[in-house]
Amino acid sequence: MKVLACVKPVPDPSAPVAYGGDGRLDRRGKLVLDEADSYGVEVALRLAEATGGSVAIASMSDAGDLSPLRSALAMGAEEAFVASDPRLGGADALTTARVLAELVRRAGAEVVVTATESADGYTGTLAAQVAELLGWPALTFASAVSVEDGVVTVKRQSESGTLEVSAPLPCVVSVTAGSVEPRYATFKGIVAAKSRPVTVLDLAELGLGPVDHDVQRVVEIVEAPGRAAGEKIVDEGQGAAAIAAYLESIKVL
Amino acid sequence: MSTVWVVVEPSEEGWSESAGELVTLARSLGDVVRLVTWSSPFDSLEAGRYGATLQYVVAHDESRLVADVVVGALDELSAREGSPDAVVLSSTYDSRDIAGRLSVRWSRTVVANVVGLRHLDGDGWESEHLVAGGARIAHTRVQSAALFIVRPKSVTPSTIDAGPVESVDVPAGSATSSARVLSRMVEEREGPDLESAPVVVSGGRGLGSAERYQWVDELARLLGGAGGASRAIVDAGWVPYSRQVGQTGKTVAPTVYVACGISGATQHLVGMKGSSHIVAINKDPDAPIFQVADFGVVGDVTTILPQLIDLVRARRGS
Repeated sequence: MKVLACVKPVPDPSAPVAYGGDGRLDRRGKLVLDEADSYGVEVALRLAEATGGSVAIASMSDAGDLSPLRSALAMGAEEAFVASDPRLGGADALTTARVLAELVRRAGAEVVVTATESADGYTGTLAAQVAELLGWPALTFASAVSVEDGVVTVKRQSESGTLEVSAPLPCVVSVTAGSVEPRYATFKGIVAAKSRPVTVLDLAELGLGPVDHDVQRVVEIVEAPGRAAGEKIVDEGQGAAAIAAYLESIKVL
Repeated sequence: MSTVWVVVEPSEEGWSESAGELVTLARSLGDVVRLVTWSSPFDSLEAGRYGATLQYVVAHDESRLVADVVVGALDELSAREGSPDAVVLSSTYDSRDIAGRLSVRWSRTVVANVVGLRHLDGDGWESEHLVAGGARIAHTRVQSAALFIVRPKSVTPSTIDAGPVESVDVPAGSATSSARVLSRMVEEREGPDLESAPVVVSGGRGLGSAERYQWVDELARLLGGAGGASRAIVDAGWVPYSRQVGQTGKTVAPTVYVACGISGATQHLVGMKGSSHIVAINKDPDAPIFQVADFGVVGDVTTILPQLIDLVRARRGS
């Protein structure tokens, strides 16, 4: 079974966030594999191992810097498909889904695994969009995933607990962070990743039309309203009593 | 004349905070406000009071996923009655799936994490949505009909002088997906619901071990509140996902929020900084949580928390 893990290179979370004059996230600094995607890659690898299949990586990103994708390949994926086109900069989630659905078709995958949301965009709709474009079921917000006899079963988060949901192949799965322990790349894996095939396709090669950037255009980025810091004390044995007194002062205690 | 559909999950109580917020918002966006829910209707008096002009109740077969059923039904409705100029949805799991599938069906853009939205005089919408994990707000011009996933507690609900709305039963949409729900597990909960509790006590990595989360629960119980968590300890499997407060979890705005051993990543702060009072205990004096705390104690939460529980218990007892 061929499993496709969708991943996104995002600005290094340890660096300060910056936006360009066009309201788009500044991606010129160091990019890393979105941590949320490492769980998706791990789940994809386990599904492939359980079925004797293989994992491919799909991404819509600037092919100029492939290092974030190489880290996914180093975990054990066999190949990568990258949609790279300057016209895709600032694309909305629907456009991204159209591009990724096309990569799914190219890869010939039977299962697509994504994170529940990216660490930079946080839209959280992509898995459902890709599934709808492909006409596949979407098993989203999964904290556990298994496959048996051509049926994928997941534990899906709900507002008040979990649901057990299953669907026959092919299907799209989105996995929550922390659902599995992502493996570390071995030295052998890192070396092998350098020679794994990476197919780069632009919009024309994907057979997709122009991107309408006017559907959503950022006019301004402003600081979210903050909160003033209040009193801060150092605990020297009196900390708990001071909190109790504070709770009393606001009539909670 | 603009038509706005409000998609919100049903409530056993017949109305919900979420429904109140979203219908209030929709009322400011269009003249025709249609409330869409499934399984059970909202109270028609409440729906009218907040400004809905009609309610659609989609029949939901429990063995199927909500999005699969609702999207098909809405698609059939729009084919018959025209599609809305905007759809506003809550930020829940099912709503995000509904938004995703509808965006493809109707070829419409989705804006998520919306905290503000208005109809522009000319055409289209201007939305405000959280970016950078909640540290910034992007003001975005949305050209045409679109789907907006709104963050909880972004709108102050208000009512108008209007009568009850008519409820229209809508059959489940034709099967769009072969996914089947095999079983449901509801987490048992003592005390108030996390999102509406007057007091929230949350624990983070600073607790040091999963067992010590019981202190968080104990303090929450003593204060008549609910226990929350940072993403770090949810990911570590100490507590279930339903306890997570933050960007990907619940948004809370209690009278007091007590953060125990939580450093305060931006993604956590966005879920709790609307609280009236914030108390933080953390051993790192530079932890970002102190930038939003009204009262902060720099110290070891594993020492302070048990002491605090004893003090609260003593006062409660006296």
